[in-house]
Amino acid sequence: MPLLKVKGLKAYYRQTEALHGIDFELDEGSITTILGANGAGKTTTLRAISRMVRTEGSIKFQGEEITGLASEKIARLGIAHVPEGRGTFVRQSVEENLELGAYTRKSKSDVADDVERVYAYFPRLKERLKQQAGTLSGGEQQMLAIGRALMLRPKLMLLDEPSFGLAPLITQEIYEIMARIRKDEGASMLLVEQNANIALNLADHAYLLETGNVVMSGEASILRDDETVRRTYLGY
Amino acid sequence: MDLFLQLTLAGLAIGSIYACVALAVVMIYQATDHFNFAQGEMAMFSTFVAWALFQATGSIWLAFVLAVAASFIAGIIIERVIVKPVESAPVFNQIIVFIGLLMIFNNLAGWFWEHTTKTLPSLFPEDMGFESTLISSHNLGVIVFTLALLLVVFLFFKFTKVGLAMKAAAANPDSARLVGVSVGWMLALGWGLASAIGAVGGVLVAPIVFLEPNMMSGVLLYGFAGALFGGVNSPGGAVAGGLIVGVLENWARQYVPGGSELGLTFALVLIVGVLMFKPAGLFGRVVVKRV
Ligand SMILES: Nc1ncnc2c1ncn2[C@@H]1O[C@H](COP(=O)(O)OP(=O)(O)OP(=O)(O)O)[C@@H](O)[C@H]1O
Ligand SMILES: [Mg+2]
Repeated sequence: MPLLKVKGLKAYYRQTEALHGIDFELDEGSITTILGANGAGKTTTLRAISRMVRTEGSIKFQGEEITGLASEKIARLGIAHVPEGRGTFVRQSVEENLELGAYTRKSKSDVADDVERVYAYFPRLKERLKQQAGTLSGGEQQMLAIGRALMLRPKLMLLDEPSFGLAPLITQEIYEIMARIRKDEGASMLLVEQNANIALNLADHAYLLETGNVVMSGEASILRDDETVRRTYLGY
Repeated sequence: MDLFLQLTLAGLAIGSIYACVALAVVMIYQATDHFNFAQGEMAMFSTFVAWALFQATGSIWLAFVLAVAASFIAGIIIERVIVKPVESAPVFNQIIVFIGLLMIFNNLAGWFWEHTTKTLPSLFPEDMGFESTLISSHNLGVIVFTLALLLVVFLFFKFTKVGLAMKAAAANPDSARLVGVSVGWMLALGWGLASAIGAVGGVLVAPIVFLEPNMMSGVLLYGFAGALFGGVNSPGGAVAGGLIVGVLENWARQYVPGGSELGLTFALVLIVGVLMFKPAGLFGRVVVKRV
């Protein structure tokens, strides 16, 4: 049974249909990427899973239909969403942002361990633990957003363009850490990207989204090496 | 010198009541971006409830505790039943709802308890174990009690998980939901707390201004002045603003010619002055945000 199974998913902003019935799935422990140009519907797909837009169709997580739940309940199921724009709590400190990430967790000592774990992945955050999060650099805020998601002990991470607005070097650094997180924790990730190259290097499986429809899918390594796909869809 | 000290201490006492109202207003403002114009009338109603409970039980402290608890619950219910449905309505509709709330409470109080003034005894004993010509026992009690209350509120927001979640829900509801915070309930809890804090202010001010349905209109105006003065997005600033306004008001009454007549005009001048010259308030933080 796949961890996440989406079928005939449509999403709406008022009357406008932004997703026109897409299907995809994700196996436990795997990384799936959804690629597409601006406005393709990548963010909307993640927002649909987190129940932040109106949808039709089916979304099953661990075999259970989740379309009837509120956003905060989705988090409680263990789905951690790193949103577009990073969702930093700008007035709170780095520490408090991580504490908020652990909001659904009960055991204080587990949470304390996880804070250390996050600092181990992102030593830069540890140096800034008392700093107001709104004053962090873009890259640091992205690290914080991923750290906040880890604090949930997620079964599934939804990552919305972690590379957005970052210098290539920082992007690379963040992707290396994501690879480590995957290796150490066996985390499952649904990764949305415009930067196809870097996402395909990390992911096992990929879907290509074009104006609200899936136009192609397959193993990441195959899409990456296919000349025609690269030229037609990925543009590099 | 004695007169000056007396005025200042009495100003701090009334100012700490303004601080309560200012804090209640700012708490709601931070969560909703709106001023709850009904905050004063809600506090007035709570005070009448305390008065009724005092008549029934004969114990002012018991009446106080029960009234504050009832106000907390009523605040939550008001948010869930009346405010939540207009959450995403246009600003104008929301303002109408606040003004509607104000009139409802004012009329209900008049209807239940009539427009005759009533007296509510002080929470604090006449005899505090020492004599002072500088400050009355009620005023001293008010200052100590509100400062302790405000400290508790501060600690709650600074050090508890729920307090942190409330701040997060107010500042960034989408992100808060994504980490599992029930934003709707945090808002309701905020209303409950604001309503309870307002009730404390009402019961504390009642022995000074007398209990009648319009008793809070002046206090609310000063509370607003305090909130604006200190900074509408800084709860600590609002508290400081309330205290400062209380002291300034008392000085003005004494030292400004005709000051005793000008009371509320003074509050309005302050409000307009702050809006003109320092819209963020004295302690208002400009949020640092990188994009
Ligand atoms: N809040 C909104 N209200 C109305 N339409 C929206 C809203 N958000 C997105 N859309 C529309 O839905 C479609 C998909 O948008 P979405 O944000 O999912 O794209 P995306 O693939 O994430 O793009 P990008 O790479 O630019 O982030 C677009 O046509 C967009 O205009
Ligand atoms: Mg997007």
